[in-house]
Amino acid sequence: MNHPLVEGYFRMEKFPHIWCPGCGHGIIMASIARSIEKLGLDKDKVCIVSGIGCSSRAPGYMDFNTLHTTHGRALAFATGVKLANPELEVIVIAGDGDLSAIGGNHLIHAARRNIGLTTICFNNNIYGMTGGQYSPTTPTNEKGTTAPYGNIDKPFDITQLAMGAGATYAAKTTVYHVNQMDKLIESAISHKGFSLVEAISICPTYYGRKNKKGSVVDMMNWLKDSFVDHKVAEKLPPEKKEGKFLMGEFINKIEPEYTEQYDKIIEQLKK
Amino acid sequence: MSKQLELRLSGSGGQGLITAGIILAEAALKDNMNAIQTQSYGPEARGGASKAEVIISDAAIDFPKVTLPTMTLALTQIASDKYIGDISEEGTIIVDDTIQLPEGIKAKNIYKIPIIKTAVSEVGKEIVANIVALGLIVGLTGIVSEESLEQAIMSRIPKGTEDLNRLALKKGYELAKNI
Amino acid sequence: MARKVKFLQGNEACVEGALMAGMTFYSGYPITPSTEIAELSAEGLPRIGGKFIQMEDEIAGIAAAIGASLTGAKAMTATSGPGFSLKQENIGYAALTEVPVVIVNVQRGGPSTGLPTAPGQGDLMQAMWGTHGDHPVICLTPDSVKETFDLTIRAFNLAEKYRTPVILLTDEITGHMREKIEIPDQSEIEIYNRIKPTLGEDYKAYKVYDGDIVPKMADFGSGFRYHVTGLMHDETGFPSNSTKNAAVLMDRLMAKIENNKEDIITYEEIETADAEYLIVAYGGTARTAKAAIKTLRAEGIKVGLFRPITVWPFPEKQVVELSEKVKDVLVAELNYGQMKLEVERVVKGNCPVRFCGKANGEVLTPEELIRKFKEVL
Repeated sequence: MNHPLVEGYFRMEKFPHIWCPGCGHGIIMASIARSIEKLGLDKDKVCIVSGIGCSSRAPGYMDFNTLHTTHGRALAFATGVKLANPELEVIVIAGDGDLSAIGGNHLIHAARRNIGLTTICFNNNIYGMTGGQYSPTTPTNEKGTTAPYGNIDKPFDITQLAMGAGATYAAKTTVYHVNQMDKLIESAISHKGFSLVEAISICPTYYGRKNKKGSVVDMMNWLKDSFVDHKVAEKLPPEKKEGKFLMGEFINKIEPEYTEQYDKIIEQLKK
Repeated sequence: MSKQLELRLSGSGGQGLITAGIILAEAALKDNMNAIQTQSYGPEARGGASKAEVIISDAAIDFPKVTLPTMTLALTQIASDKYIGDISEEGTIIVDDTIQLPEGIKAKNIYKIPIIKTAVSEVGKEIVANIVALGLIVGLTGIVSEESLEQAIMSRIPKGTEDLNRLALKKGYELAKNI
Repeated sequence: MARKVKFLQGNEACVEGALMAGMTFYSGYPITPSTEIAELSAEGLPRIGGKFIQMEDEIAGIAAAIGASLTGAKAMTATSGPGFSLKQENIGYAALTEVPVVIVNVQRGGPSTGLPTAPGQGDLMQAMWGTHGDHPVICLTPDSVKETFDLTIRAFNLAEKYRTPVILLTDEITGHMREKIEIPDQSEIEIYNRIKPTLGEDYKAYKVYDGDIVPKMADFGSGFRYHVTGLMHDETGFPSNSTKNAAVLMDRLMAKIENNKEDIITYEEIETADAEYLIVAYGGTARTAKAAIKTLRAEGIKVGLFRPITVWPFPEKQVVELSEKVKDVLVAELNYGQMKLEVERVVKGNCPVRFCGKANGEVLTPEELIRKFKEVL
């Protein structure tokens, strides 16, 4: 017997998925399904849009209206879906390269418009699908197949980037902190306006091996030890914050949502 | 012979010459003639040298561009220097009286007319120089009926400027009569 | 029936046509000389409850249109050469995923930024071969303001009927010239809407059911929960690595156009019945050719015009037939001989194929064309 969540929200015949053993992506995909279930959304009114990359294969397994688009362009396609039919709950799944490199322009503009899209970034700090090239979130000095001597780029903080561009909901979590992830994704989907959850994932096959991060368990333990909720961190003494990354909900505010603003224009013109 | 005018209106961007071209063409349509209006413009929204061209004919118009105008109007020196050179031997050149014409320019008729001055001092607004010019052109050529021209002008201008434009048109016709 | 006579630019007529065809969504990015199409869509669409959005770039412009089409909207985007290049990847996406969308390219002088305010016809081959991989292409080219109106409607109809992106390839000449146009009443216009499945019946998103030309297309949100992917896919719409499947899909995509050329291809012939010489021209340049032919006929020269209105798929059969009758074919276009290559390919030596063109931002004048034509006499 499969878990009812799997039976209810996934396309069973499409499994097994393509992800490597130990990949963090399945955890995030399952969290999205749990959030949709918890919110009681009508599956027929949910549309999941992705671009290209390992994470972008997720919609194929998920039993909704699903759209697997071109590299980087998920948010642009999703903007068309949402504006044309605001009734749909549109969720975008994108990897770090997809969202912040080739699709970076769409990210900042979707955030700026505050259009009601929920973006879940599966951030594994690497281009996995193409075999381990460094991405805009690969930390400086770490290695990728295209950074054999260490990455000299500075990484993006995707959550901060989205906030800077005007996202009205932005949060960060990791595949270790699943309970928190469920709550954040649920809030992000319920949020009216542009929302982003950056879920730090793990890629043991490329990022882990290339950078000698040890086993999958080691990588999960590293997430556990390295991330601390920013509200918790506020109360910690400086020595306990040393080397930690902040996670949690960073912004949650209400501003006019794009498709509603557009509908107001339509209403005005009817008068 | 079909009645045919190949007109080039030139000046600087913002003088309303493209609008004037459209108005004249729309007047021609009201008179059941065929008309095509084209334009060429540079990167500047204002200033520069811009031209609008209108072909009016009883027959169907295939080629939409004016190659050898039968009439050319220039309201600025830059436009005149750039555009009045190509003119049919039987053609007419009209320039604002502030313009220096090049030596040796050949056309059947060459007129220097105070178009802008008329707009400024007799109508009161330089912006209506385009309508003064339309009155002048139609006064000279009779290419469209005065009734159709007035209707066409009234449907293209901002509300509240009807009297101003009617006066400009009248002054244009007067300029034609006085030639 | 309420017919309205208007004096419009080609770009304006395009939007009038799109709205009559049922356009409810426009997304794009401003670019000269196509911008009027965006501006008028922005003004007109919300008035009928439709949506307009100015996207952050050309790529997003077509992406959003494809997304909107998947919800059931009739969607359009417009651009010019540089933007057309940027849209190419997603044109391929729409072709493979069979999403109806209309792409207008008001051609200007190129390559690169080129001559933004001047006409060109250098995108003919880009319209055919611009995206990567083989794919079906429908591309229409108007030569007047009225025909821009008509072909915009036809572009939507063909996109819906064949579930494919349709390119309306105009140029700065027809886009910006103003002509008289009589706008027909909505009741006079033939509209084709995509075939949708009904809930409860067997539905595979990419299966062609008996009697249909293409798979039925469900709107996202209408209860079918299917998958759309730019990967090769099987009848269910899910990715498939099977080379056999890929062959079936590719064959079907190419055949849906190839087998329906009679429906898709339209053209105009002038004075070809007794023609000893043929001029081939399209788009704005056809106007030059029409004027030239009148002059040449008046001189007693038996010359005719063949004007492809559908440029892709190319009206091969018609050109071959004419080439068997005439002594010479002269192709006139604003580039360095793109359609000439295609004419040469199909004529296969039946008669000489000559070329008259330029790509400096000027239109070809009837005098230039006549001069070139007379070299054959």
